[in-house]
Amino acid sequence: MGRIEQRFNILKEKGEKALVIYITAGDPSLEQTKEIALGLDAAGVDCLEIGVPFSDPTADGPIIQAASQRALKNGTTLAAILAMIESIRKTSEIPIVLFGYYNPILSYGPERFAARAKEAGVDGILVVDLPPEEAAELRQYTDPKGIDFISLIAPTTNTERVKRIASHATGFLYYISITGVTGTAKPQVEEVAKDIKRIRTVTELPLVVGFGISTPQQAKEIAPFADGIVIGSAVVRMIDEYSGKFDLVTQVAHYARQIKEAISLPL
Amino acid sequence: MSKQWPDKKGHFGIYGGRYAAETLMPALLELEEAYLQARKDKTFQAELDRYLRDYAGRETPLYYARRLTEELGGARIYLKREDLGHTGSHKINNTLGQVLLAQRMGKKRVIAETGAGQHGVATATVAALFGMECQIFMGDEDIRRQAPNVFRMKILGAEVTPVSSGTATLKDAMNEAMRQWVARVRDTYYVIGSTAGPHPYPLMVRDFQSCIGRETKKQIIKKEGRLPDFLIACVGGGSNAMGLFYPFKDDAAVAMIGVEAAGKGVESGLHAASIAAGEVGVLHGNKTYLLQDEDGQVRDAFSIAAGLDYPGVGPEHASFHESGRATYVTIDDEEAIKAFIALSKYEGIIPALESAHAVAYAMLLAPELEREKIIVINLSGRGDKDAGIIAERAQAK
Repeated sequence: MGRIEQRFNILKEKGEKALVIYITAGDPSLEQTKEIALGLDAAGVDCLEIGVPFSDPTADGPIIQAASQRALKNGTTLAAILAMIESIRKTSEIPIVLFGYYNPILSYGPERFAARAKEAGVDGILVVDLPPEEAAELRQYTDPKGIDFISLIAPTTNTERVKRIASHATGFLYYISITGVTGTAKPQVEEVAKDIKRIRTVTELPLVVGFGISTPQQAKEIAPFADGIVIGSAVVRMIDEYSGKFDLVTQVAHYARQIKEAISLPL
Repeated sequence: MSKQWPDKKGHFGIYGGRYAAETLMPALLELEEAYLQARKDKTFQAELDRYLRDYAGRETPLYYARRLTEELGGARIYLKREDLGHTGSHKINNTLGQVLLAQRMGKKRVIAETGAGQHGVATATVAALFGMECQIFMGDEDIRRQAPNVFRMKILGAEVTPVSSGTATLKDAMNEAMRQWVARVRDTYYVIGSTAGPHPYPLMVRDFQSCIGRETKKQIIKKEGRLPDFLIACVGGGSNAMGLFYPFKDDAAVAMIGVEAAGKGVESGLHAASIAAGEVGVLHGNKTYLLQDEDGQVRDAFSIAAGLDYPGVGPEHASFHESGRATYVTIDDEEAIKAFIALSKYEGIIPALESAHAVAYAMLLAPELEREKIIVINLSGRGDKDAGIIAERAQAK
């Protein structure tokens, strides 16, 4: 059993919700991404999404776009990110999902990527521009390595399609709570709740919700309908704000702890 | 070469496809279904033909460039006069088709990316024609260098949204248009201007632009009694080139030459020659040749012609390159400017800087050939929009 499945099983037994945090690798530096990752693990975060910066992040809003640009300016590469994850793995068992776009992986070589990602301790991948229609070219290498292929479900995905995506997905399903790019709108709780019910009827996989959640209050309102929530842009904004300050890791960890508490408390 | 590409999933061999975020996938599937129906629907095609004829001014002439031919002293040169169509470029062929489709799909709003502004103007024009809301994404740098087209779009009632990310050119405008489409996918139709983007766009744009090649075929047979030896067209994303080439795909004796922009020279790194100097990659929903670094980050393109200033190329061109059906060459900024001036001087036709790349290659090729040979250049657009750039450069010298 992989780390992702294991973690969701434990959470389910305890009746808790998963907190998934996204950070862009290399922003402000890879060393600090590692420190932040370890800080988030200590703060009780259940899964990390490590963003692989790409020059043309068409599914991302301005905050993650800017973080990706900063990371690329720092010379962040996929190879260096995998090395950083390997170094996180020396002291941490937190489930790690690589989040990004296909071209850096294609350029690295899909087969070589699968082998190296497994070796480094990557548990899952979420490739935004690799829908089920095109996923086989990467999954032929990552599936045999036991790397989970995390799939996206959008509000625009009809139920038939959800069924098809879910039947091929592993790890968890990521529900995009807004019709838009990352961090650009607030999810409407009633709509999200209704849509998740619809998705629930066709899959047993854990379901996490993300793309617009930024405050403990929103997290608290949405968590009960799902198995977990994802926070990305809000954390990335915070990392930018505290970049270069001594308490960067402390602040981010503190924020994560607040969210984790919010989703653990009864409404 | 009788393969019917794209296949059902939108692939041209290993190229093309639908590398899009899940939010867009349902929209792309819906678009594909709507388009495949419209493609078979005689009423739709008849309506499109009527607009192309009565509104856009098709067919466009195939003009024998006598003075240019004599000056070069080789093959006979014909110009397919897409510059004479409404809005001044071939872009109208595609926007009429796509906006009619958008109407049919019940969309109220269209968005588009634009580089030189030709596609933006053509989209804004057709949006005005059908009373639709229209938003155009254009890089800051392109807004500066193609100002006349920005005014035209605004006059036509479009909202022009400046894009400042990246090099603030066509690639970045397309990124932003895709983000906007994700956010407004339910009521918005995205009019892609080139044979690029995710399936079904490369197929659809090829179909809508193929009137160029179909007319050329008929016209040259009438004038010369035979097919041409060479077709030459500039290639950014590649819509005007594909429009000319595709109907000749199975005529093996017709050589097809796509001209990419070499900017300041392919060796300089400042160019837009994705086929000549790129690697296979995935951007904007399709797999194709891309200008990219060793880590798979897309590099910025560079060309004096804003409409060629794109780091990718349509996937079908990638497959034509691979199969050898078409040949892709490069022309740099200076050569393009010389051709721009030569065509103006010898024929009284000011070409778009994009099209001037095709003219420049013909000027290299024609003198090498016998008088019996026939070259057709796709004169994809007119150059009024570029007069400022040429004047600026003349002053700087």
